[in-house]
Amino acid sequence: MTPATSVKTFKIDGRDFSASADQTILDVARENKIFIPRMCELDGLSPVGACRLCLVEVKGSNKLLPSCVTHVEEGMEVTTTSERLNHYRKMIVELLFSERNHVCSVCVSNGHCELQNMAQKLGITHVRFPYRNPKVEVDASHDRFVIDHNRCILCTRCVRVCDEIEGAHTWDIMGRGVESKMVTDLNQPWGSSETCTGCGKCVHVCPTGALFEKGRSVAEMEKRRSFLPYLTLMREEHE
Amino acid sequence: MTPDELNEIAETERESQERFTHRVNVCVAAGCVSCQSHAVKDALDKDISRRGWGDHCQARGVGCMGLCSEGPLVSTGVRTANDRLYKRVAAADAAEILDSLEGALVSRLHCPTDVPFFQRQKKIVLENSGVIDPERIEDYISAEGYQALIRALTEMTPREVVEQVMASGLRGRGGAGYPTGLKWSTVAKSFGVQKFVICNADEGDPGAFMDRSVLESDPHRVLEGMLIAAYAVGSSDGYIYVRAEYPLAIKRLRNAIRQAERAGLLGANICGTRFSFKIDLRLGAGAFVCGEETALIASVEGKRGTPRARPPYPAMEGLLGQPTLINNVETFANIPPIVRKGGDWYAQIGTEKSKGTKVFALAGRVQNTGLVEVPMGITLREMVFDIGGGIPDGRKFKAVQTGGPSGGCLPAEVLDQPVDYESLARLGSIMGSGGMIVIDESSCMVDVAKYFMDFCMTESCGKCTPCRVGTYQMHRILSSITNMTATPQDLAMLEDFCDLLKHTSLCGLGQSAPNPVVSTLKSFAAEYKAHIEDHTCPAGVCGKQAGGGARE
Repeated sequence: MTPATSVKTFKIDGRDFSASADQTILDVARENKIFIPRMCELDGLSPVGACRLCLVEVKGSNKLLPSCVTHVEEGMEVTTTSERLNHYRKMIVELLFSERNHVCSVCVSNGHCELQNMAQKLGITHVRFPYRNPKVEVDASHDRFVIDHNRCILCTRCVRVCDEIEGAHTWDIMGRGVESKMVTDLNQPWGSSETCTGCGKCVHVCPTGALFEKGRSVAEMEKRRSFLPYLTLMREEHE
Repeated sequence: MTPDELNEIAETERESQERFTHRVNVCVAAGCVSCQSHAVKDALDKDISRRGWGDHCQARGVGCMGLCSEGPLVSTGVRTANDRLYKRVAAADAAEILDSLEGALVSRLHCPTDVPFFQRQKKIVLENSGVIDPERIEDYISAEGYQALIRALTEMTPREVVEQVMASGLRGRGGAGYPTGLKWSTVAKSFGVQKFVICNADEGDPGAFMDRSVLESDPHRVLEGMLIAAYAVGSSDGYIYVRAEYPLAIKRLRNAIRQAERAGLLGANICGTRFSFKIDLRLGAGAFVCGEETALIASVEGKRGTPRARPPYPAMEGLLGQPTLINNVETFANIPPIVRKGGDWYAQIGTEKSKGTKVFALAGRVQNTGLVEVPMGITLREMVFDIGGGIPDGRKFKAVQTGGPSGGCLPAEVLDQPVDYESLARLGSIMGSGGMIVIDESSCMVDVAKYFMDFCMTESCGKCTPCRVGTYQMHRILSSITNMTATPQDLAMLEDFCDLLKHTSLCGLGQSAPNPVVSTLKSFAAEYKAHIEDHTCPAGVCGKQAGGGARE
């Protein structure tokens, strides 16, 4: 925090808070155990504002604002939950389910999946839109890890952890729109990647069963995130 | 380059032009080039030298003359006048046109210019289009070119320039209509180690070609606008982001930049002042979303062209994190006349909140298709029926689509509404960059909506969920409607998606993607109903052929 940073006071869901001006609405909510749904954001990685689940209402603004990238402002009045927001959030999660082939009962992450948990939390019992059922492949060419594109929700956490924490930038995205796809190097098989260090961070930040360790069967893949705050701290100290 | 030197170039150019008693101007913008206008010019050149007329008669390439549907266009006149316009000219007509220079016009090819298409226009941005040779800086200078720049540099402070632009009331011509003066003043006041000026020439709306025409017909005007902007905001580096699909515009821009550098109008210490500015081209790789300013900046930086959340706005943190001014081609093209004649002069034209003129690319089922520049506030009816000449083949008007895939379809009931930013927004469409597609009774409005949704779906960058998957789901529902397999529940879901995308998408592409659906649902609900309940297409388009008519 630079000395110039000022402190702002504002309201979230009617409660008063203060925070430094470089904090986002989500930072403050997290500190104070206010739950805001999100899929692409992960503490320790740079926010991208892509999944649109963390949108909140701000009094005086006719637009919904993504809380992961919106900084707090003096006098701001934020509402994190409303009927309208819940309606949108449900639709967005359903869209994620309909996009690829999310079949929980046969997924390595069943029971430990952020997408599944989010659906339960939002009270989604079924998906109202037809599944797109695209034909996408599984890349199991790596010695220890597998990417199953059927479960990918394009949150780009793997891209960011690989670039920002590991410094390898093995992962990136190709194509556009609904045809977008995660790739290693220049769309080479993961196993032949020359930049991948095999650290496995991407696997553990992945919210779903898209990235998992070889040898895990249904419901056996639990992600370990404990390394992330430590690495973030190290990075910040280094800077 | 000093003011005197500039005047000398203009004088020399005028003298050399007046040597020719006769001039034959051939349009060499992309529309006419595509129907062989180069062959026409070659034939004219050959015939002139064969006749030994080289000393008093000249054939020149000029920019777009507007009536693109009747190309190749050729205009002739005594000295610098262009009083005769010929349409659909072929190379074989060269001799006949040259024969007619002294006598009666060639009535077979004659295109009358006393019709509303020409008379109702007011040309500011296009004042030089079809008049000067876009490949010669001398020709631009002789048409008062670069005088505004020299005036700004030598007589005005940067602040005064911003004040003139503010006074003009000019609003961004890229579509959103943000006040240009306010944007300039924000960038001028932002603090950064370096500032950038970017010209957005990534025009991608289906049926729109205003920016291409300006770049092909009068590239120096855009450079001059950027130079004045750079002086006003304190920038020394500029980029023009132009889509690679415009090879002729790129060629003419490269040529213009080289000429301006040679003339000392671009580069270090322009006109002997402390002001320096250079311009580089960046070519787009075919992504529509790169017309969105934050995606464009990412693309210029060499990254994947995806938008990011704003704020921070580019005026504060843009290219490489520095304050960046991004304006559209047409916005920059308006700047030289504003500085030359003053902001107050510009503010007299147009309506109260939308000043000046707007260039439209008139396309679709209309008699006269082409490029027109009209004062703001003209009615849609005048656009379609006077300037456009009405619907061909005796068919009935159905709708006019403005603003491309982000805009809406306006029905006959609102034809008497004025064309300006507020009115179009109130009617559920947008001004957009200036595409105007006329639709007649032979088109199905559901099919039209499906066409635009298909466009948004394939052009979505895929970053945010509502746009990436939502456009797919909306397109699926629209397809099921045109296949006659949709249910009333599907229609309710479609409306739900319109609301979701509008309010939750990350950038303008997703937020405005539902507009064609919303506007057709509002004005042509009966057509949706006929597809769903009666399984028929009133226009007879759907069900007949796969794919649909709007794509033709």
